[in-house]
Amino acid sequence: MEFGEIVSVLLQGAIVTIKIVAMALPLATIMAFVFGLVRLYAPAPFKQVAIVYIEFFRGTSALIQLYWIYFVLPFFGITIDAMTAAVVALGLNIGSYGTEVVRGAIQAVPKGQYEASVALNFTASQRLWRVIMPQALVNMIPPFGNLAIELVKATSLVSLITIGDLTFKAKSLADTTLQVGEIFGVVLVFYFVMAQVLMLFIKRLEKYLSKGLGRGGFSS
Amino acid sequence: MNGFDWDWAFTWDVLPMILSAAKVTLLATLLGSIFAIIMGLVFALLRRSKSRLTRTSVYWIVEFIRSTPLLVQIFFLYYVMPEFGISMSPLATGVFALGLHYGAYLSEVFRSGIDGIEKGQWEASRALNLSIIDTYRDIVLPQAIRPMIPATGNYIIAMFKETPQLSAITLLEMLQMAKIIGSENFRYLEPFTLVGLLYLVFSIVAAYGIYQIEKRFPKEGFSLK
Repeated sequence: MEFGEIVSVLLQGAIVTIKIVAMALPLATIMAFVFGLVRLYAPAPFKQVAIVYIEFFRGTSALIQLYWIYFVLPFFGITIDAMTAAVVALGLNIGSYGTEVVRGAIQAVPKGQYEASVALNFTASQRLWRVIMPQALVNMIPPFGNLAIELVKATSLVSLITIGDLTFKAKSLADTTLQVGEIFGVVLVFYFVMAQVLMLFIKRLEKYLSKGLGRGGFSS
Repeated sequence: MNGFDWDWAFTWDVLPMILSAAKVTLLATLLGSIFAIIMGLVFALLRRSKSRLTRTSVYWIVEFIRSTPLLVQIFFLYYVMPEFGISMSPLATGVFALGLHYGAYLSEVFRSGIDGIEKGQWEASRALNLSIIDTYRDIVLPQAIRPMIPATGNYIIAMFKETPQLSAITLLEMLQMAKIIGSENFRYLEPFTLVGLLYLVFSIVAAYGIYQIEKRFPKEGFSLK
């Protein structure tokens, strides 16, 4: 098989990978914020639920979660297609790590900020959304960036439940053409490029969000 | 085949098989962590090399390993290495892949651990005319190890949780065993749930173990002699 053909087949797989990332990333972000905030501020029963979710998804492996959702849920009468299973499993998995990022970043905001907003008679929600969160968001970006790259890497697991992502295409091409060196080499480079592009985007976001916070010396 | 009800008889039937596969999982994790620690140390020391070329190339190698999926690296090693005349068993491939992948992560831990040693320690070693090897072995590493334990432990637990990916190259570890049991009996509920719970239990125990090791580790470091 020509090198160009290999690359074009792999590109189709890469598009599927990007689609999964594009769907799982928002889910993971929502889970991270919802359960991160619940863990911090909600009353006891909700807090327990959040802790169970977080510990469960962080304590077991992503591949087992994926298999469980794909193979076991149908026994409970919930049949979902492979793509949904992939997005749900990866979103919940990365989201559970994200909760700790949200929590850590909020707790890292200096206490004086909290006290000052109490002194200024801000309501609880004003305090969180207008004072604490804008500062915490900047702290969250670098670890969230790492998690986003973890997500890109974790999408390779979906090839094991027969989704035609980059890894799946590579494996089936390798099985038929036996040009394993070129194929897996190209795939590794593809993933590397995706991660680097994502990282570039995250650096920009960090720069944008830290505007006006007076970080890193003088701000204009 | 109504899988809604948990079948305890079936659970007790499959538990011994899964536990026997757990040995393979644990062996892969153990060998993988030893290899990862060695690789991590090699990467970390190379990043401190005097040659700029070595430093930059090791930086990009580590970056590349860290930002590509472990599963693809496993496939790469399993299918591409034989082209160069190196055929390895699934277990050896798995250990090699895990070691390389987590070695890249650990190199950052080790690097910051070594960087955390006060400058005066280096200067004193130089003043005492210790060779570079003696400096690392007797002065730097004994002090650097304790602060590195928590992060290293977390990565080893993370590695443990990635061992199911070795099922993709037919290594008969826990998940592969559960999958085989599941497809033979058309019941996935019990085997997969058991494997998930075992992972949870092992991770919690391991996290506790690492905490204990850190706590009991002598604060002043220890001699590597």
